[in-house]
Amino acid sequence: MVFRHDVLIVGAGIAGLRAASEVAGRADVALISKVYPTRSHSGAAQGGIAAALQNEEPDFWEWHMYDTVKGSDYLGDQDAAEILAKDAIRAVYELEHMGVPFNRTPEGKIAQRFFGGHTRNFGQAPVKRICYAADRSGRVIMDTLYFDAVKKGIKIYPEFHVLDLVIKEGQVAGLIAYELGTGEVHFFQSRAVLIATGGYGKVYKVTSNAFASTGDGLSLIYRLGLPLEDMEFVQFHPTGIEGLGVLITEAARGEGGVLRNREGERFMERYAPVIKDLAPRDMVSRAVYTEIREGRGIDGQDYVHLDLTHLGEEKLAERLSDISSFVRIYLGLNPATDLIPVHPTCHYMMGGIPVTRDGNVTDVKNDPVPGLYAAGECSCISLHGANRLGCNSLLDLVVFGRRAGQHIVENLGRLSWVEPPPRPEQEALDTIRRIEENRTGEKAVGIRRSMQEIMMADCSVFRSEQGLKSALEAVRSLEQRAGSISIDNRGKRYNTDLTEALELRNLLQLAEAIAASALNRTESRGAHWREDYPQRDDKQWLKHTLVQRTDAGVSITYKPVTITIFPPKPRAY
Amino acid sequence: MEVRFRIFRFDPESDKEPYYRTYTVAATPRDRILDCLNRIKWEQDGTLGYRMSCAHGVCGSDGMRINGVCALACQKLVGDYSTSEEITVEPLPFFQVRKDLIVDIDDFLAGIESMRPYLIHDGKLPEKELTQTQQDHKKVQDSIRCILCACCTGACPVMSEKPDYVGPAALVWGYRYLYDTRDSRFSGRIEKLNEPNGVWPCMNYYECTRVCPKNIPITKSINLMKREIKKHISENDK
Repeated sequence: MVFRHDVLIVGAGIAGLRAASEVAGRADVALISKVYPTRSHSGAAQGGIAAALQNEEPDFWEWHMYDTVKGSDYLGDQDAAEILAKDAIRAVYELEHMGVPFNRTPEGKIAQRFFGGHTRNFGQAPVKRICYAADRSGRVIMDTLYFDAVKKGIKIYPEFHVLDLVIKEGQVAGLIAYELGTGEVHFFQSRAVLIATGGYGKVYKVTSNAFASTGDGLSLIYRLGLPLEDMEFVQFHPTGIEGLGVLITEAARGEGGVLRNREGERFMERYAPVIKDLAPRDMVSRAVYTEIREGRGIDGQDYVHLDLTHLGEEKLAERLSDISSFVRIYLGLNPATDLIPVHPTCHYMMGGIPVTRDGNVTDVKNDPVPGLYAAGECSCISLHGANRLGCNSLLDLVVFGRRAGQHIVENLGRLSWVEPPPRPEQEALDTIRRIEENRTGEKAVGIRRSMQEIMMADCSVFRSEQGLKSALEAVRSLEQRAGSISIDNRGKRYNTDLTEALELRNLLQLAEAIAASALNRTESRGAHWREDYPQRDDKQWLKHTLVQRTDAGVSITYKPVTITIFPPKPRAY
Repeated sequence: MEVRFRIFRFDPESDKEPYYRTYTVAATPRDRILDCLNRIKWEQDGTLGYRMSCAHGVCGSDGMRINGVCALACQKLVGDYSTSEEITVEPLPFFQVRKDLIVDIDDFLAGIESMRPYLIHDGKLPEKELTQTQQDHKKVQDSIRCILCACCTGACPVMSEKPDYVGPAALVWGYRYLYDTRDSRFSGRIEKLNEPNGVWPCMNYYECTRVCPKNIPITKSINLMKREIKKHISENDK
């Protein structure tokens, strides 16, 4: 079947929904998602959304911009950080007006709390900047935007898995999607495509990400030979539930929780004397692993304790109820009385599809590709640089999702319908047939587990040349093996055996891009920490990485960083 | 230890009748039921169908019936069940099966949409936020935990007797906006809830409340709305 819409948005999390709402009524827009929209992973965001509203204490967008830039270890483009911090205030009021049930101050305003890296007066002390709805901020924002999309009558294709982009002569012609319920492959014709497929934490063994977070959108771009940006910057959140990786929000520390080692010491005092447990995530994750490596993990094991016992039942129930229930369900512990075992968990990808400030995808020469857009975690503006601050992600989604939607509307007149090549779905059909016909290859599970273990061991918080070289080699050999995956399921309905094999192909491509970019960058900056190059090197490395696939293999080039107000300084907290 | 699972299987395209298949997997008491389903699918039988995504009770994909009780497979641990006997896993009752443990949720979502689950604020919006007291915010604090997993609606005994009943999940969303003090359509929402398939078919079985993975006091909320409707009608009669 052939479908036709002016604008197709791939992914229906917060970025996709916000963009769609901007286009609705001005052009024919449809959302395509491999899960039902309300299952999207934006809903797992717990802590909140940052904006200098000044509801609790003085705060200014300039402070927020500074914190974003410093948090990024000066790799974030400062013009993007300025847009984010300025527009945050409007964006949060807009969400409130749409119905998002934010917690309140005694005066009835939106309540605000502390969070890692958000400070008063350029780093002096933590500031209450985070607007929140208990610890389910992402979920309520996503549901609000979803039902707004339903109200606006936006067409939604749930459980459609996008397999290929169709580009002809450098312009978007549409995309190819696999319908999970029927196993049919469809061509969707459009004038513009926005990719908003989120992250790809499933590259790693321990992650807070959903099973659906497999980076499909990045892979669509990468396979076309277009570049990906800053792929070496992978955020590990310091407090994942031990073993499982389920997220315990940074709001737990924003509300007063502290990390303790086996001696009961509040060890962050040593690593970040000014803001202690509220240091940015890259620093806290390194501190946790340093404690573990030096034998101060709990009982010598690979975790430390998050102590919330002094917060009291009422605060836990009112502001941290979801994480309290996770601790009860998965660990059988009560956070009001028990210490919570935690360790870092792969949480967020700073790298992604390079885009302009308006979400337009750019090529290796930094020229925009007509009709092709990206927004949200899958994109790289670059706003978050080498390390994202908590609560800047939900903000990124609504601020830059909206901008992408606006830009699409403004430019649609210039984008014509492109006549698709004959049988555009043929390549996708051939890929599926090859997997279905393969009776002798191994199953996906072993390859996936190996990839996740290798990336966790050699390409996570601490990195070195030797480890990265061996990871890169191992990932490449897994990619070879993945070429002959065989599946059990040859049925048409909900064949997730097949879609998981396709997702693994995407994950492996991204694992290679991450490892190659990390091996190439011989300095330490933000979340990318090289033990063999432990210093930040602005002279050589104050630049963005662009990685792309060419006939000759992986090629790496660079793009300058935009610095407007804040010259790079040493980063201490 | 080894755990045996008895799993409902049905592919409407190729099977005449549903059937059950038994699988044995190695598991620890701390493993989630979802972990076991994944092991079965990844290692033994790739034809098994179920939905999942976040795996920690936030996305709401993996609502199913485990040993007769509706629950999220990612929120139940092996240790929650007696493993001397097999654990039976079935799709949510009442819903139409699309494949194995995957059910059709389109009517379910349409029921929620019929509640107009969005804020309708008449009048001019302020430059800043619409203010709301902490006390008023607390009125919706429980209902905003809903993740649309459909466990409550699947568990409700009324659903199979009265398939047109909008069901407990939709009523949670009705409640969420009825009591949002920023909303301007209280009367209209009361009228909608007062329709024959609104709150009234609820017979206080409390099954929805018992199974809700997010501990929302659903039945209590429905009863509150019943009283609110009566009060509203009697006030309007005066």
